[in-house]
Amino acid sequence: MQNFPLLSLLIFLPLVGAVLILVLAHGDEAVVARNSRWTALWTSAINFLLSLFIWVHFDTTTADFQFVEYAVWMPAFNINYKMGIDGISMLFVLLTTLLTPICVLSSWECIQHRVKEYMISFLVLETFMIGMFCALDMVVFYIFFEAVLIPMFVIIGVWGGPGRVYAAFKLFLYTLLGSVLMLLALLAMYFTSGSTDIPTLMAYRFPVEMQTWLWLAFFASFAVKIPMWPVHTWLPDAHVEAPTAGSVILAAVLLKFGGYGFLRFSLPMFPEASVMFTPLIYTLSIIAVIYTSLVALAQEDMKKLIAYSSVAHMGFVTIGTFTLTVQGIEGAIYMMLSHGIVSAALFLIVGVVYDRIHSREISAYGGLVHRMPAYSLIFMLFMLASVGLPGTAGFVGEFLILVGAFKVNTWVAALAATGLILSAAYMLYLYRRVIFGKLTKDSLTAIGDMNAREIAVFAPLVVLVIFMGIYPGPFLEVMHVSVTNLLTNIDTALNAGQAVAVAGR
Amino acid sequence: MFETIAVLLPLAGACIAGMLAFARPGDEKKQGRVDSAAQWVTCGAMVLAAVFAGIVFSDVVLGQNPRTVELFTWIDSGAMEVSWAIKMDTLSAVMLFMVTTVAAVIHIYSIGYMRHDPGIPRFMAYLCLFTFFMLMLVSADNLVQLFFGWEGVGLCSYLLIGFWYDRPAANAAAIKAFIVNRVGDFGFALGIFAIFVLFETVDYDTIFAAAPGKAGATLQVFGVEFHAITVCTVLLFIGAMGKSAQLGLHTWLPDAMEGPTPVSALIHAATMVTAGVFMVVRMSPLFEFSETALTLVTVVGASTAIFAATVACVQNDIKRVIAYSTCSQLGYMFFAAGVSAYSAGIFHLVTHAFFKALLFLAAGSVIHAMSDEQDMRKMGGLGRLIPVTYALMLIGSLALAGIWPFAGYFSKDVILEAAYAAGTGIGGYAFWLGIAAAFLTAFYSWRLLLMTFHGAPRGDNKVMAQVHESPKVMILPLFVLAAGAMFMGYIGYESFVGPLAGEFWGQSILVLASHPALEAAHGVPAWVKFLPLGVGVAGIGLAYVLYMLAPGLPALIAGRFQALYRFLLNKWYFDELYDLLFVRPAFYLGRGFWKTGDGSLIDGVGPDGVSAAVLSLARRAGALQTGYLYHYAFAMLTGVVVLVTWYLFQH
Repeated sequence: MQNFPLLSLLIFLPLVGAVLILVLAHGDEAVVARNSRWTALWTSAINFLLSLFIWVHFDTTTADFQFVEYAVWMPAFNINYKMGIDGISMLFVLLTTLLTPICVLSSWECIQHRVKEYMISFLVLETFMIGMFCALDMVVFYIFFEAVLIPMFVIIGVWGGPGRVYAAFKLFLYTLLGSVLMLLALLAMYFTSGSTDIPTLMAYRFPVEMQTWLWLAFFASFAVKIPMWPVHTWLPDAHVEAPTAGSVILAAVLLKFGGYGFLRFSLPMFPEASVMFTPLIYTLSIIAVIYTSLVALAQEDMKKLIAYSSVAHMGFVTIGTFTLTVQGIEGAIYMMLSHGIVSAALFLIVGVVYDRIHSREISAYGGLVHRMPAYSLIFMLFMLASVGLPGTAGFVGEFLILVGAFKVNTWVAALAATGLILSAAYMLYLYRRVIFGKLTKDSLTAIGDMNAREIAVFAPLVVLVIFMGIYPGPFLEVMHVSVTNLLTNIDTALNAGQAVAVAGR
Repeated sequence: MFETIAVLLPLAGACIAGMLAFARPGDEKKQGRVDSAAQWVTCGAMVLAAVFAGIVFSDVVLGQNPRTVELFTWIDSGAMEVSWAIKMDTLSAVMLFMVTTVAAVIHIYSIGYMRHDPGIPRFMAYLCLFTFFMLMLVSADNLVQLFFGWEGVGLCSYLLIGFWYDRPAANAAAIKAFIVNRVGDFGFALGIFAIFVLFETVDYDTIFAAAPGKAGATLQVFGVEFHAITVCTVLLFIGAMGKSAQLGLHTWLPDAMEGPTPVSALIHAATMVTAGVFMVVRMSPLFEFSETALTLVTVVGASTAIFAATVACVQNDIKRVIAYSTCSQLGYMFFAAGVSAYSAGIFHLVTHAFFKALLFLAAGSVIHAMSDEQDMRKMGGLGRLIPVTYALMLIGSLALAGIWPFAGYFSKDVILEAAYAAGTGIGGYAFWLGIAAAFLTAFYSWRLLLMTFHGAPRGDNKVMAQVHESPKVMILPLFVLAAGAMFMGYIGYESFVGPLAGEFWGQSILVLASHPALEAAHGVPAWVKFLPLGVGVAGIGLAYVLYMLAPGLPALIAGRFQALYRFLLNKWYFDELYDLLFVRPAFYLGRGFWKTGDGSLIDGVGPDGVSAAVLSLARRAGALQTGYLYHYAFAMLTGVVVLVTWYLFQH
């Protein structure tokens, strides 16, 4: 079974779905729309089941890459098509395959024009995202990493709101900067080591001097993606203008590229530089936690508020990653997963009322609990998960990250922990203004509660957010060995470096 | 087995009632059936849980059989291993028994109190969910599960304070409660991290076993070496201050009275607010090794006791008087723990749960009778109209004021005696403030009684005409609490703090030999024993003079000491101060960071700045393309000259 190209199937199945839609959906517009929706849903659902199958057969006792596939691509340059997953990437793949069908389902009614192109975009996007997480060759990684922007660009640019051009331009400017630098770093690494194979590069020891520059180049790209303060301003605009499902995939998966990149490249390949730049990461992350939480408090637009809260949460992730402790890194990965679920749900929650009232202004709402009790309950649950209430998915990651942070630096832990207070402030304040109070606005008097399709969209997320909060074992178990191995390798590298320095003296 | 059922029953009840809350048949009769189903389920679950708790109590405490039931792993990451577990020793069994009993009584009372409310199933579900979290809190065998219960009860408190979500005041109070508690939890969480860093575990038993060995250890915090256990315990205590509304983090508790009265009785008097005291006692094997932390606990407790008592003396809202009284009594429990008389603190916690719940529910009965009026200035003369409520309120007040032989007499006395017997300066501070607070306690209790039940009716005629005794379903549960308020002190004294205490508590509380305050408490001079009772009677006497014999006097005094009166009436201006220091700056900064930081600075210099720069550069480059032939010719000529010059200089 190990010989069967499962990962390639997983990566390219959505692309096959997209081609099917392209080829088969012709004729009457309504028929095309219906066929596109169903094809997209089935393709992504089957892909999800396939990823579950992979998860079940994933061996949690080894840190090696699994389901590895290899094909010669450009032998002259020693660049090959290589795929594989380990305990760090496994769960991100799962997150991607889970959210794509949810995105398709959530766009069922609210996308009415160019449905065919919309569904194709999402399926292509899924291919690129999974490919990015599975890639074991740097060139393949880079191609997927950058290619993701194309469908995302299209989704915001075609189905977005009135300010979509400005948002797309900002997104482009920021990511361009990072991409160019990362490409240069990739070339430098290739010319130094003669390989683009990621496992080989992980074992390769770059000179410390060079590590610094490489680290900074990768940092430029990952910091924009996560995003870290002060390169975060593209995110609120992109979220506000994107259609609901676009926001969902952006917050849930695309932001994780940065965090994944740190774990896959920066830490294992440039350990000395990572240690050297840790204070920088801590400072920027703490500013992100406090600054963006305060900004979230002042927001008048629901989507912007959640976008800013994402930046604050990602600040926790970067702190955890660079604590170089088991708890910190596992917490960071867990937080990325739980944020993937929770922020996705929160954007869907905004989408539910946006579809009805066509406003994201907080002041356009108030007293929704009178007409939408089920909606209010679900909103409450995800608000609490976002705040990190114990028993929800949000708590586990946040807690582990802060434990790790406290171990290495009490200032960082204490300052980051103010996020506990601030997140409660902005989320509860949002909830109160939207849900509670008397229902006085005329536009809301006839608003209906969630329908069956909407509940079906939320059901898996509700189950997951509680399950992940009460019994995180199955997820933490997947990452244990890989994280421990990562830390051991970093330790070895750092010690070897010191030994050389001592010997040289 | 039984303990697991007792803890999980309320969760089941909450889930069922929660689902029933979504059944809205629209028809009044069917709605009534849904409501009573929710009431039956939740009350049944609670009564059953109380029965099981009784069985567990007799097995664990009387049968000397403490144990821990491990359910399943929760978090497992490196050395951080946390399980869901139910730990039953004397301390948790006492809490389990008290919480389930009081909760069952209050659930039943709520049937009557909330009768006309449209959200009955939702209310019952919240109450039941709260009880579940509270039981998880007391039965935890590690700090993280404690934190789960801790935050969970905070959530339910938020939901129940804001139960009437149409009222802006209720919503504001709910958010305030959650956020102020989060400030405490900030400290609490850091305390857990510190303990984990120090002990490499969060399990009670392992921590307690290792604590003596770490008595001299230091921990580096913020770059400074501190005594490690002091750091841990002080941080944990910050959490306790938030949850138990101690001075500085108390501001949410009076506002929490916006919730329905059964909520005030259950959460904001008997159970949740005492969680901080419980936690300090639970962690006694750690607190014992830090004199600094114990001193802090004593000072904060004693200061809160007197602060809240002074404020309670001038409030006019019947529930707020009792709320401040709760705050004050929690202060007593804390300074008991601070002088290492932990069991005295728990003793007062238990007696207080009964008589304070009684007072709140009786006040609820008054409010019910007065058609939702809470201002005591509009009451008066109710004693003849609702005699049963009056009698119950009187029992509660006697217990609160510490009059023999009611429950409060026993528990409050032993706390004050222990503070005196501690023989330290801090103990003396706590003792004298405690005596002063006891005087004020008796005073404000009788002020409340006299303003509400005696004198001439001050309410308008329409309201007064409708004053009626509450239905049986509300009155009967109060008898259970009244029995507790009358006999609990007498029954519990021997085991909790008397000669049997050592055997009773077993391993669940640790007191070092160097902290003998509680043993010494039995040997204090006679005047110390009688002083609390004396000041109690004096307080009652003063209230009688001021509110019965010379009813014009209070206004006169308030007029004479205008500044002091305003200071107390405005609760020492804590709310205004915090608003100025934290709330406004937060919004101001948020707006500033958003508009100036993100808008003008980052975007202005970053993407917008770059695009503007590119545009202007392009415009200038465009300006060069004039289209005039002689411009181009001139440029070419210049180029040729430069090139030739350069070439000549090269050679």
